[in-house]
Amino acid sequence: MNQIGLTHFLILSTSLFFIGVYGFLTRRNLIVMLMSVELLLNSVNINFLAFNKYLYPGKMDGIFFSIFIITIAAAEAAVAIAIIINLYRRHKSIDVEDAEALKD
Amino acid sequence: MMSLHTILFYLMAALILGGGIMAVISRKIFRAAVYLLFSLIGIAGLYFWMEYEFLAAVQIIVYVGGIVVLIIFSIFLTQTSSLDMPKPNLNRRLFAGLAMLSGLLLTITLILQHSFIPSLDPVQEVNVSSIGLKLLSVHEGGYALPFEVVSVLLLAAMIGCIAIAIKSPAQK
Repeated sequence: MNQIGLTHFLILSTSLFFIGVYGFLTRRNLIVMLMSVELLLNSVNINFLAFNKYLYPGKMDGIFFSIFIITIAAAEAAVAIAIIINLYRRHKSIDVEDAEALKD
Repeated sequence: MMSLHTILFYLMAALILGGGIMAVISRKIFRAAVYLLFSLIGIAGLYFWMEYEFLAAVQIIVYVGGIVVLIIFSIFLTQTSSLDMPKPNLNRRLFAGLAMLSGLLLTITLILQHSFIPSLDPVQEVNVSSIGLKLLSVHEGGYALPFEVVSVLLLAAMIGCIAIAIKSPAQK
């Protein structure tokens, strides 16, 4: 237990992933669902970096995957928040139950 | 006796998981965003712990400085933060909890059964210059093409955001 190995990282990221899944399934508020998706993406990033550090220390592929995931997460968050704000303007609510019709 | 290094890992893991759990179950949306902030800072600390300083800096700049601030802005724009969110109904919590626990147990059992063999390869030093050289290299193992594709994606996302959020003249 004293030596931190790959297993510790994998258990940490698995727990974080399923916390995000729980939030995504229970919450009906679009902003909280977006926050849960961010938790999922971050847990995947932890996995990539831990694999890179412990199994392939001579390569840098895990780092590049993490960089691209962070970029895509930023783009996704920006588009999602634009949609949420537009939805709020039309329906005065950001609950998914109220967002049945995306097109007018 | 645990070394300071080990204690730091457990502290950061507690920060990440505690922040994540509170972000997901908190009923005040503004507090949920602040808990998410702590969780993301913990992840940046974990990257520092792994000695990936560049990734830790990117994590702080993009997530803590960008995405969380964007989320907090949109909370201010869309709702009154003093109002509690409705409690999710019991059925939904029950089934989500069951799905989460079974998935968690299955994955952790699989992880514990698998024995990972740590590599003994020479450690490649990861610093900004080696990342930059690899990112723009067009030779084998270079990442120039994904870099360009992701740039186009960012441009498309930016244009898409403007197109979605813009007010049409009829709405004014």
